[in-house]
Amino acid sequence: MTTMTVPQVAQPRPPSSLPWLRHSLSLAGRSVRKMVRHPEQFFDVTLQPVLFLIIFVYVLGGAIAGSTQDYLQFVLPGILIQTVLFSTIAIGVNLNTDIKEGVFDRFRSLPIPRSAPLVGATIAECLRYAITIGVTMVAGFVMGFRTSTSPVRIVAAMLLVLFFAWCMCWIAIWLGMIMREAGSVQGIGFLALFPLTFGSSMFAATDTMPGWLQAWVRINPVTHLTDAMRGLLTGGPVAQDALIALGTSGLILAVFAPLAVRAYRTKA
Amino acid sequence: MTNHAIHAEGLTKRYGTTTALDGIDLAVPEGTVLGVLGPNGAGKTTAVRILATLLRPDAGRATVAGHDVLGDPDAVRRSIGLTGQYASVDEQLSGRENLELFARLLDFTRPDARARAAELLAQFGLDDAADRRAKTYSGGMRRRLDLAASLVGRPAVIFLDEPTTGLDPSKRDDVWNMVRLLTSEGTTVLLTTQYLEEADALADAITVIDLGRVIAHGTAAELKQVVGGRSLQVRPAHLRDVADIRAVLSRVTGRPVGEPTRGLLTAPVEDEQQFTNVVVDLASRGIPVTEISLSLPSLDEVFFTLTGQGAQASATATATAKELA
Ligand SMILES: Nc1ncnc2c1ncn2[C@@H]1O[C@H](COP(=O)(O)OP(=O)(O)OP(=O)(O)O)[C@@H](O)[C@H]1O
Ligand SMILES: [Mg+2]
Repeated sequence: MTTMTVPQVAQPRPPSSLPWLRHSLSLAGRSVRKMVRHPEQFFDVTLQPVLFLIIFVYVLGGAIAGSTQDYLQFVLPGILIQTVLFSTIAIGVNLNTDIKEGVFDRFRSLPIPRSAPLVGATIAECLRYAITIGVTMVAGFVMGFRTSTSPVRIVAAMLLVLFFAWCMCWIAIWLGMIMREAGSVQGIGFLALFPLTFGSSMFAATDTMPGWLQAWVRINPVTHLTDAMRGLLTGGPVAQDALIALGTSGLILAVFAPLAVRAYRTKA
Repeated sequence: MTNHAIHAEGLTKRYGTTTALDGIDLAVPEGTVLGVLGPNGAGKTTAVRILATLLRPDAGRATVAGHDVLGDPDAVRRSIGLTGQYASVDEQLSGRENLELFARLLDFTRPDARARAAELLAQFGLDDAADRRAKTYSGGMRRRLDLAASLVGRPAVIFLDEPTTGLDPSKRDDVWNMVRLLTSEGTTVLLTTQYLEEADALADAITVIDLGRVIAHGTAAELKQVVGGRSLQVRPAHLRDVADIRAVLSRVTGRPVGEPTRGLLTAPVEDEQQFTNVVVDLASRGIPVTEISLSLPSLDEVFFTLTGQGAQASATATATAKELA
């Protein structure tokens, strides 16, 4: 009787085939708004690559490669990857504190997929990564870095590193869900990234290293990503390294995205 | 029980050695308000979180709007609105952005979301603050935004966990009026509270819980009959008169009267005549008092009558259990 006057579903449901994507995009919009409101978040993603470029190229470049310009051509893809990878830790740190806030209770009480708040946050993160990539490239060009391939390959390079970072950020999210404190997410994240980035072909040619290190560097997926990026930006073979990099990212995504979502669901 | 908007049987939830819920049964007929009354740590929030699918019970089952909370949580989520004990809005976003976001997540189209947000902002008197960040809102405004947020999808069942705790009396009245408006539209409401007065003002039926168990259930009238309807409160002018006043109170009401709490002596009374008798008696003995009033019993007195021990005592017991856990 009286209950009939209250429509249970007052809103028209648009016949969208991808509600999951739509919800995630709405939630990504929330994260982007917050980012724009806290521009200080962009300091690290903009200043860090510029500082690293200056330090590596002008301080170490002459000693490592004999010429700062030669070293810039060699190291820029590496610095690009390193800054993007280090910025993937932020999402784990942020979500660790974010999900303790009440608004996540509301997300849990809404008829949206459990993973939507996490996927939404990662979509917004990609914007941050894209800015990092843009800033690093511009700084590199100002310092004298020159690409020697086609625009299509340059775009492919950007997309490759973006995809790799997006997959890696699920590890950070998973850490953010299982760690008690935001500080430990940061600590463990950095600890894991040091051997991955420095223990690769990013900063020096592999054959200058001792044998045991070469063994690690050769199996390190970041080495393959670096070599593929070099090929795409400054020329050289790409296919095999790119495939390995893509395969590893896919594997990381397949393992850690479900782990992260499950950890998020059980975190009451 | 198809005419029950909320139906729960034997809900149990443990946290380590703390038993938050120890087999709770709840039944709320469609279109009515159930008041869940209980002291700190009684298990109110735990019960609400289970019914709102935020938490899985260890045992027991429940249906909300005809859907099983464990079997079909998504259908439950489509039918409910939840205002938790603590604000569940995004403080970095404005009131309008919050409401539009929740509307979009409930599959409103963009224009519909905008319209619904504007409608709720006006209804809850948040027009002026609509585009400010929720972080800058006062406690009362945040509460109203939170309530508005749980109404976005015009849910058939609404959970309000201590909706007026921490609000000043006029804001509390606003919330009460809003709850009355909802029920007049046929919405089913489950609200938790620590105040019998609030349950009395809003609820069609009251379930009293303590230490995770239901200790009484009935209409406000039935409950008041058990706990002695109203209570008489006397504040002695001088400490030395406490014993004399207690004697007067227990003679008139025919019940033992406890120690004063916060300087106030309280006794349950059956009718107004007893109030007059106390006033006359005290005046004839020349005992001065600074305050004398008739009010609904506090939670403390309800618990004193129902369990033979004060709510304070059971809250302490819970706190101790928590420390041990
Ligand atoms: N996440 C948790 N971990 C451990 N114990 C918990 C947790 N949540 C609740 N409890 C315990 O369960 C019991 C019931 O808690 P609950 O929050 O449901 O009570 P409440 O009636 O809502 O109290 P209040 O009036 O203070 O809000 C308490 O003893 C509490 O300490
Ligand atoms: Mg509570």
